Amino acid sequence: MEHLIAYGPALLRGTVLTVTVAVCAMLLATLLGALGAAAKIAGGGFARGLAGVYSTVVRGVPELVLMLLAFYGGQRLINSLALLTGYERGPDISPFAAGVGVIGFVYGAYMTETFRGAWLAVPKGQWEAAQASGMSPGLTLRRIMAPQVMRHALPGYANIWLVLIKATAIVSIIGLQDVVNIADKAGKSLREPFTFFLAVMMIFLILTSLSGLLFKLIEKRVNRGGAA
Amino acid sequence: MNFDLIFRHAPDLLRGVWTTLWLTGSSLAVGLVLAVICAVILTERIPVLEWLVRGFVYVFRGTPLLVQLYLVYYGLSQFPEIRRSFLWPWLREPWFCALLVFALNTAAYTTEILRGAIANLRRGELEAAVAYGMSPFTRLRRIVLPAAFRQALPQYSNEVVFMLHGSAIASVITIQDILGVGRTINARYYVTYEGFVSAAVLYLAVTFVVVAIFRQLEKRLMRHLAPVAAPR
Repeated sequence: MEHLIAYGPALLRGTVLTVTVAVCAMLLATLLGALGAAAKIAGGGFARGLAGVYSTVVRGVPELVLMLLAFYGGQRLINSLALLTGYERGPDISPFAAGVGVIGFVYGAYMTETFRGAWLAVPKGQWEAAQASGMSPGLTLRRIMAPQVMRHALPGYANIWLVLIKATAIVSIIGLQDVVNIADKAGKSLREPFTFFLAVMMIFLILTSLSGLLFKLIEKRVNRGGAA
Repeated sequence: MNFDLIFRHAPDLLRGVWTTLWLTGSSLAVGLVLAVICAVILTERIPVLEWLVRGFVYVFRGTPLLVQLYLVYYGLSQFPEIRRSFLWPWLREPWFCALLVFALNTAAYTTEILRGAIANLRRGELEAAVAYGMSPFTRLRRIVLPAAFRQALPQYSNEVVFMLHGSAIASVITIQDILGVGRTINARYYVTYEGFVSAAVLYLAVTFVVVAIFRQLEKRLMRHLAPVAAPR
């Protein structure tokens, strides 16, 4: 127990890093999800095909495989490219970049479906009415569609966040010093692995419970105009 | 990419596929049995047990699978009592720890899926079963569970794919599953793409097969809801 207290600051730093990875990955996933949904709804054949390949790859291959491939394989690729262009070696891929990139990429595919479903849940008449009253497409998007799509997307969005924050644990495998990695090292060197992993489980329970609560509050606020 | 190397190790990779299938399949089977019991406890609101199940589901759904695996595989050795107990020969085996953790993890998620499906059953069906004089157990066996399974199937197929992909972390505790074999190939020949790309392709293939099987199953179980061709 005293070991755990001594490692408190380190675990806290790890927790902050875990949350940072999760938030960055979530932002990337949101961006990719919006692009993917746009491609699936409004895109031509090529964009739709690309979005299709994207979701197939993500649904078919485990995150860990993609992460190892991006981290180790990506580094080799960069180095080979650097050699071709006459440099000794390319810039390093950091575990942070690989982790955020891959997790964002994977959950972007799930986000695509969430956003697409939310868009389709808004009645067509809303768009048509806005057009009929002379709004430009941009204005319609901003004033009419976005608020309603957000409302429909929120439950799915919250769900993805809860899965995503747990998925960040695998970045510890490629050596990022997140809370799992720190607890792993501390637990092994102090011969108290159970204590430290139990602490990590508590930390994740607190994180998921708090964010679940937060999303409930947001949902309540967004739906204050009536049930979606 | 050295395809020759991959083909030379095809038997190892296939053994990896078998390990992944075996590990995921057994975990899912054990997990499903546990989940049915837990879901019934939740819907029947059996005192004390209900709270235990709630706690179990809360903990396993709220924490990463990797940490759960570490807690059991590395963590339990911290206690001399466990190391001396009759369970130790199993608990020090990576495959047993993986199986245990994966089964509990999928049980927690599946409990939630089944609970939701049971809660969504039409009340009339239950009332009809009561009116027919069915005992609670017969009701469960004949009415509630079949209907709940049917309704839960699409969500459960997602859970199966999640578990299949989640099982890749077994390679971290030295299990030679698909990813484990891929990592071994990479390490032995100092290569980067060959092992990981083969693993990715194999996971993709297995996922496709699993999804196709579930689609067929859904079609079969939902026959009574399929649109009927108009009589000529």
